[in-house]
Amino acid sequence: MPAIPISKAPQPASTNPAQIRNFCIIAHIDHGKSTLADRMLGITEVVDQRNMRAQYLDRMDIERERGITIKSQAVRLPWQSSIDGQDYILNMIDTPGHVDFTYEVSRSLAACEGAILLVDCAQGIEAQTLANLYLAMENNLTIIPVLNKIDLPNAQPEKFAAELAKLIGCKPEDCFRVSGKTGEGVKELLDEIVKQIPAPVGDPAAPARALIFDSVYDSYRGVVTYVRVVDGHLSTRDQIQMISTGVRHEMLEVGVISPEPLPSKGLGVGEVGYLITGVKDVRQSRVGDTITNYQKPASIPLAGYKDPKPMVFSGLFPLDGAEYPMLREALDKLQLNDAALVFEPESSAALGFGFRCGFLGLLHMEIVRERLEREAGLTLISTAPNVVYSVLTDDGKELTVTNPSEYPDGKIASVREPIVRATVLAPSEFIGTIMELCQQRRGVLLGMDYLSEDRVEIRYHVPLAEIVFDFFDQLKSRTRGYASLDYEPVGEEEGDLVKVDILLQSEKVDAFSAIVHREKAYAYGLMMTSKLRELIPRQQFEIPIQAAIGGKIIARENIRAIRKDVLAKCYGGDISRKRKLLEKQKEGKKRMKMVGRVEVPQEAFIAALTTDADPEKAKAKK
Amino acid sequence: MATNELSFYIHIPYCVKRCGYCDFNTYTPAELKIESSLQEVSTSYIDLLLDELKLARSTAGPAIIPTIFFGGGTPSLMSPRDLGRVIEYLAGEFELAENCEITLEANPDSISREKLEGFLAAGINRLSFGMQSAVPHVLATLDRTHNPENVAKSVALAREVGFTEVSVDLIYGTPGESLEDWQVSIDAALAMPITHISAYALIVETGTKLAAAIKRGEIASPDDDLMAEKYLIADTAFTDAGFSWYELSNWSRSGSQARHNIAYWEGANWWGAGPGAHSHINGRRWWNVKHPSAYRDRITALESPELGFELLTEDEKNLERVLLQIRIPGGLKVDEFTGRQIAILNGYQERGALDSNAWSAGHLTLSREGRLIADAIVRDLTINLNQPDIGL
Repeated sequence: MPAIPISKAPQPASTNPAQIRNFCIIAHIDHGKSTLADRMLGITEVVDQRNMRAQYLDRMDIERERGITIKSQAVRLPWQSSIDGQDYILNMIDTPGHVDFTYEVSRSLAACEGAILLVDCAQGIEAQTLANLYLAMENNLTIIPVLNKIDLPNAQPEKFAAELAKLIGCKPEDCFRVSGKTGEGVKELLDEIVKQIPAPVGDPAAPARALIFDSVYDSYRGVVTYVRVVDGHLSTRDQIQMISTGVRHEMLEVGVISPEPLPSKGLGVGEVGYLITGVKDVRQSRVGDTITNYQKPASIPLAGYKDPKPMVFSGLFPLDGAEYPMLREALDKLQLNDAALVFEPESSAALGFGFRCGFLGLLHMEIVRERLEREAGLTLISTAPNVVYSVLTDDGKELTVTNPSEYPDGKIASVREPIVRATVLAPSEFIGTIMELCQQRRGVLLGMDYLSEDRVEIRYHVPLAEIVFDFFDQLKSRTRGYASLDYEPVGEEEGDLVKVDILLQSEKVDAFSAIVHREKAYAYGLMMTSKLRELIPRQQFEIPIQAAIGGKIIARENIRAIRKDVLAKCYGGDISRKRKLLEKQKEGKKRMKMVGRVEVPQEAFIAALTTDADPEKAKAKK
Repeated sequence: MATNELSFYIHIPYCVKRCGYCDFNTYTPAELKIESSLQEVSTSYIDLLLDELKLARSTAGPAIIPTIFFGGGTPSLMSPRDLGRVIEYLAGEFELAENCEITLEANPDSISREKLEGFLAAGINRLSFGMQSAVPHVLATLDRTHNPENVAKSVALAREVGFTEVSVDLIYGTPGESLEDWQVSIDAALAMPITHISAYALIVETGTKLAAAIKRGEIASPDDDLMAEKYLIADTAFTDAGFSWYELSNWSRSGSQARHNIAYWEGANWWGAGPGAHSHINGRRWWNVKHPSAYRDRITALESPELGFELLTEDEKNLERVLLQIRIPGGLKVDEFTGRQIAILNGYQERGALDSNAWSAGHLTLSREGRLIADAIVRDLTINLNQPDIGL
């Protein structure tokens, strides 16, 4: 039996590094990572049959529902190799699976010596997986290519084995074939991990250095920090210090995850586990930072620490203004567990009081919004997302603009915008349509490679603002869902950008302003004015809707005055009905936002601000 | 001697055929799976009604009846003898006012000289004909079966037989009805010897055949702007022909207003008898079970046919008062309003929505254009009705 009872397995703090293997699984959403992880938990018997549930390691409802991992986890799996009969400890470090969390992924990878590249052999590798694979290769990890779902009738293991072999430079027959669903090949894979992935190396006598690869807020325990010990030793008696901030903490508990937290005496070289210090905010225990011993500190931090930097900004406003304090409370709470989330109060003439929030990317934004709505029961309006612009005015002032309303009115010398390197993987039949989309979005082609006969990798430089504006939806619809996208920031470039304002009856509506490329200003103005014409009900007076750059009107629409607003018939049986209808209309009127004299329904804001072309879909979303 | 007044609405929930735009509580023989003759249905239904009227007497106590209205459905399908039984019964249990107005809604297709004579003899003294339009393609869209020429014939016949108060109903805004079509209908109505005319904008009620056809895209939606234009045309034509508006959608020759309808708008007391009928007595509104067989079951079990009721709060009473009386010229007085409301009304007056002369004389009377936005004005006046603004 290759599974080892926990009591007989090598114990934390006294495990020889030579017996440790640290690995992660790189996979795309839906490629079966969670199912494979479940299977490993079962085979190594750290979770017994009785307690097993699907997607065991995914803690949040959102993770289970969306099939993605937002936060990583690390599980200690005892395993007796059937090759050499020795006992080993396999630390499986789960990595987030999305483009927005590249930095977190890179820190998880830095905690490992090897990675399983898991690919659904009915679908082939996807862009984000490829991006994470490159990250793993940059970190010099040993890659074990694994084709999953070999039990599927439409599996094409040969085709995708050839693809993987080409990508990582191995032979197609080196690709492992497993089924997370049936368990086929999983034991062999565990043996292969022991065989192929190197054991961690570190100096047990050196001052302690441990890499924080995740940090999670728990309402009972405070922040739980996940670490990989590189050098030295951490124990419960220690006082620890964060190297980037110099802050000292008492260690309250050290342990490993198996897969429930299991306190231990400490953690030695190469080991992976958690620690609890009583810190209440993940920003005090940041991913990528190095932990050392306060009494015997290390002087050199582990490489690669970065402050998470928000890339996408959006305003979040409660639909009901009275919910503003609740929104603040919910954001504060969320920030305890999300070091990348930033926010500050914002007020909009049209939407009232809310917060300007910064996110790592679109998915991060969606997740935050969904959690606020779900966990705090709020109904929110979010303004169209935008990126961060560096504006240089004629008088030499430099401004960072995260909100179109901050865009200076005066003369502007130059505007710089963030650029990303976007990678699209798709069947080759879609090359034309993908290139057309990227050109429309001001993309510059960097190169293209065939991964296999009929699958290509296309690389572009694209302004992030273009990605943020429904690029992914467009890509998916133009490629019938087959294309995948990844992007990473590569810096800033100057752009010919202008701010387009939308005016209702000559009053500027800040929520609808946007910073766009000059060539697209007209299209934006046209789109917005005609959308609003559809969305704003006719009123007792005419309402001109204009789009303007500075003082120059570039598009206009008109909502004609309403002439009839009366129910013609009103007899005995109609009276109650009519009274109730009027009361309902009055309620509706109260929920209108006043822009000057114009009543704008909330729905108009929501629909106009969602980038969805289909208003029904936008409605269904809320 | 009774001094309370109580009007009666008598619902006749039967039609030969359901019209495509109609969502009234009415049933066709096919829907009811009736095989017995119309006369049998008529007789047994009136028996049930008389039982409800008995209940009305014991609930409401003695009263003088100023008006009775037979509505439907198609009340003219009923035999004069049966409608006469209702009138007789009411006259016996209550007291008919000397000038009691007794109206019958009539379908031109179910009218004959003999029947009209019978209705007159039974005590009916006012007829209201469903004309809707004089234009065949408009009637076809409305799914009406009557021949437009029958209306003129019926009205003439009614006058011949001796009815002095005759009204016709028109509907405007039917999809496909041009301004010219509407003018044709107006002219046709005004050419008849009538004393009263009602004109309603078509309302597409959910659940009707018309609504379904519009949803499927077979028929266009009514155009509000065109309806507004048609209202103005109608009001001008009716006024020029010597009719005055006394409610938003009703015009009459002098002294020929429908007093029964005025009772509704003035918040008077009335008892509605029959399935689905609504009643109002002193701030309590209630309504009967809708289906004729449910109604029959209640009545035969000696139970009240009431399905539900509401007791109006002061705020609701105030809102109703404003929304109903704004439809009547001079129904509301300046001194009933708060300063804030008067400011709102002054704004409307500047925009031409109020009759200036009436306003300076202390009465709220909407102008033609103002009538078209009456609901918007009511909303503006009552939006923050936390403390009753009206009636202080």
